Amino acid sequence: MAKILMKGNEAIGEGAVRAGCRYFFGYPITPQSELPHYLAKRLPEADGVYLQSESETSAINMVYGAAGAGARVMTSSSGPGISLMQEGISYIAGAELPCVIVNMMRGGPGLGNIAPAQSDYLQAVKGGGHGDYRVICFAPASVQEIIDFMKDAFELADKYFNPVMLLADGILGQMMEPVELGEEETVQIPDRAWAANGMRGREKKNIINSLYIVPEDMEVHNHKLTKKYAEITENEQRWEEYRVEDAEMVLVAFGTSARIAKAVVDRARDEGLRVGLIRPILVWPFPVKAFEKVIPHAEQFLTVEMNMGQMVEDVRLAVAGRRPVHFTGRPGGMLPVASDVFQEVKKLMSGGAK
Amino acid sequence: MEKVFTRPNSLKDIPMHYCPGCTHGIIHRLVAEAIDELDVVDRAIGVAPVGCSVFTYQYFDFDMYQGSHGRAPAVATGIKRVVPDGVVFTYQGDGDLAAIGTAEIVHAAARGEKITVIFVNNAIYAMTGGQMAPTTLMGQKTTTTPFGREANSNGFPIRMSEMLSTLDGASYVSRVSVHDPKNINKAKKSIKKAFEMQIAGAGFTMVEVLSSCPTNWGMSPKEAVKWVESDMIPYYPLGEFKVPSEV
Repeated sequence: MAKILMKGNEAIGEGAVRAGCRYFFGYPITPQSELPHYLAKRLPEADGVYLQSESETSAINMVYGAAGAGARVMTSSSGPGISLMQEGISYIAGAELPCVIVNMMRGGPGLGNIAPAQSDYLQAVKGGGHGDYRVICFAPASVQEIIDFMKDAFELADKYFNPVMLLADGILGQMMEPVELGEEETVQIPDRAWAANGMRGREKKNIINSLYIVPEDMEVHNHKLTKKYAEITENEQRWEEYRVEDAEMVLVAFGTSARIAKAVVDRARDEGLRVGLIRPILVWPFPVKAFEKVIPHAEQFLTVEMNMGQMVEDVRLAVAGRRPVHFTGRPGGMLPVASDVFQEVKKLMSGGAK
Repeated sequence: MEKVFTRPNSLKDIPMHYCPGCTHGIIHRLVAEAIDELDVVDRAIGVAPVGCSVFTYQYFDFDMYQGSHGRAPAVATGIKRVVPDGVVFTYQGDGDLAAIGTAEIVHAAARGEKITVIFVNNAIYAMTGGQMAPTTLMGQKTTTTPFGREANSNGFPIRMSEMLSTLDGASYVSRVSVHDPKNINKAKKSIKKAFEMQIAGAGFTMVEVLSSCPTNWGMSPKEAVKWVESDMIPYYPLGEFKVPSEV
């Protein structure tokens, strides 16, 4: 099949529809606007519902209602809007409902700006809202990956009864790349016997709820969730390894900054330096297994991020003090420049910081 | 002997947690009777709020949700869009609907969302200890207006039914009370009418029910229902504020 040019934001929309998503609730915010624009046309064509809500707070609660009724449903926003959704995401995690949430990250804190950034990493991977929960979190690095991951995102949401986030940035959202869409497949959505969509002859009523007023019951529920998160952590770690086989220096980067880091690896290799890259494809669960493989030959790690150092905390936890872990990055919607990162690599490898 | 009164089928036979003299129980019964009489228990879906009626999801014997504070109309919107033939309703108190949830209720009404809202107004935040609500009357003493609500620092109570009835998307908006048997019968009719209209495909429908809170008003149950009549109804007049011409 021929490749076509698509913007990342549009690819999310097309990927979602192809994954069987028929409901979108969202509130306008830059830099994800092309996604609602796309779905406002595409969903009615597919007999779906596109609804512009009065706020992100409402959008995520509409998602809660639709997910509870058994729909494949999603919402999308960016930094400030995702912050507004956190209460609802916590309810969805507590009630164990499947849904997909897109965060096209921008510069922050506060209103920040609308330029691409990776400023919400910690919010995305550490829960984000109140209470003890985790969100499965994809970090695509190309428009093709966005298309491919949407299906995986909805399937993992269903498999684990958990919200799934797609964490990207304004560059991925607005950049056009050639993509292979492939044939539209028939989607099998798992049975929704638990959905609260009217009893219709069912003997017992279904309840969608995150309230456990008795502390003993809440504790049991927390243990149940924790067991599920441990299962996800064991089964779902995903990452890409790039030229790490003999790497003495391992770069760690996700999404857009991983593309920059890849260019740095190639340049270093051209100059005879043993440099490789670990690119987490899911940032929660974090791919700690990737680090065990490279620890025997890796002498040090350098995390490259579009923020002031967030994922570096997880890299340090994975490396657990066995090797030095460094950080380089640029915040505020500015991009790390490959030649600067390369200079940092050279400096560190020549004993600059041991 | 003929049985003339019984618990509605769609209301579970379990103890309710409401205080003595609270009229939530009556309002629950009226909703359940309407669902039973319209024979829609199989497609009824309710959303419980945060507040005194947070456990509503346990009491009704059909599919239920517990929603976050004020967001029940958004949750109900998500449900109704997925289940268009569902008989979807929210059950909300005044803090939930008229303070934290104003955006959700206004826009659900503006969209003409095909849901029914049961809005229980008892002029106080009861579950959290009797604080001033958006519907607390002028001069009313609460734990956060110990000298009585006054305009200068507390502003004025909101008449939600009057406000929402100005929206084109609202099909039916009424205010009823359950302080005596006559009014309970009227309330029942209004609640049933709202559900009938939803089933017939009308837009947003809401019934505001004036309710008593002896515990937080510091009154006996008898004094409390009297206060509904003497003090609440003059500020919150009963009646239908929006009725479609064809009904």
